[in-house]
Amino acid sequence: MATLNWQIATVTAVRDETPRVKTLSLLVPGWQSHRPGQHVDIRLTAEDGYQAQRSYSIASAPNEQPVIDLSVERVEDGEVSPFLHDEVVVGDRFEVRGPIGGYFVWDGAATDPLLLVAGGSGVVPLMAMVRHRSHIGAAVPCTLLYSSRTPDDIIYADELARLGGRDDGLRVIHALTRVQAAGWTGYSRRIDMRMLGEVLEGTGRMAQAFVCGPTPLVESVAESLVNIGLAPGQVRTERFGPTGA
Amino acid sequence: MTDRFVTRGFVGRRRAPERGQRILPGQYLTNDFPVLSAGPTPHTPLADWSFRIEGLVDQPVSWTWEEFNALPSREFMVDISCVTKWTKLDMRWHGVSVDTLLERVDLNRKEAFVIAFSDGGYTTNLPIADMVNDQAFVAYGYDDKPLAPEHGGPARLVVPHLYFWKSAKWVRGLRIVDRDQPGFWESFGYHNRGDPWLEERYSGD
Repeated sequence: MATLNWQIATVTAVRDETPRVKTLSLLVPGWQSHRPGQHVDIRLTAEDGYQAQRSYSIASAPNEQPVIDLSVERVEDGEVSPFLHDEVVVGDRFEVRGPIGGYFVWDGAATDPLLLVAGGSGVVPLMAMVRHRSHIGAAVPCTLLYSSRTPDDIIYADELARLGGRDDGLRVIHALTRVQAAGWTGYSRRIDMRMLGEVLEGTGRMAQAFVCGPTPLVESVAESLVNIGLAPGQVRTERFGPTGA
Repeated sequence: MTDRFVTRGFVGRRRAPERGQRILPGQYLTNDFPVLSAGPTPHTPLADWSFRIEGLVDQPVSWTWEEFNALPSREFMVDISCVTKWTKLDMRWHGVSVDTLLERVDLNRKEAFVIAFSDGGYTTNLPIADMVNDQAFVAYGYDDKPLAPEHGGPARLVVPHLYFWKSAKWVRGLRIVDRDQPGFWESFGYHNRGDPWLEERYSGD
């Protein structure tokens, strides 16, 4: 396998997704594309040579451009995410290498229905899958069950509403755990086994599940899916814990 | 280092020197105990649990949970570095040295490789040289408590001098082989050996 060299990325856009999440678009000349679900390492270097590295999931679908989007949640006491949120502007540069990871990926080749379960910013790698599915016009049925605290915390809310309204086999189901808008008819609690069972009714037991979020959510969702009857191999997990910093 | 690239405006958070020396290149300190896994946490009943050494040995050996817990064990405190960049200092484990396990088998050869295998199908590969001389343990206790399932309980490998993916959770045995073969993450582009001092994160590092 080829060495993953550090490459210099230039910020081409910064977008507010929610009060706590920003998306940085990075131009990475020579980027060798990626598979939805993969991540990159970024490396920041201070004047005196001090360096910090972190991993971030790629939010964008693979495309012809050497551009990737990273959606970064602000961790208040973090070292890197506050810098990315407060300091970085278009034209800034830092180093990236990747893509990394090959298990938590969906590239459109598999035909099993997809069950994507996200908690908070765990939606990021799953969004790459949703976007890719849409780009390639895949017919594979796909359900995204996405837990957020409040309506304002839903990342990619407008795009998900648009993609979910196309009637092309994508269902987007939200669970709001703390605050619901007036007239909210969706789920108003944390994702639990009953909810997963109901969602699976529309997906089928042959689903390939991808689960990403904080550890308690991932542990409980993965265990519930196995208890419902999915084989452990049908459940792939990834974490997006607070230690992302 | 060649021409150093600098990120405008980045200062970073420096650590006190005495701790900084224990944080390896590219790592940051965490006080949490993060959980990472590729799939659901297995829950094998202890009555069905066994630990096995097989492959290039004269006679495979297997221990039940009770037998395994009767083996000589000890507490050990180590720093752990995960390839996802966190480092946790002074982690206090309890378990059996792999030396103790290998004493019970006759290895057919000294320069072999080990495939650690786990409930759930996870595997990881290590040269036997990384598994002997009190460098590797099968741990079933953490911080004076039984090792929690999400952290690899009932028992996991702990090989603190390598990145933590080599410390297979839910480990059920060691297969001794004469030719190295990549394990789970090693097949997905992660480094074959994973020495954190050399920052061997990915294939080619």
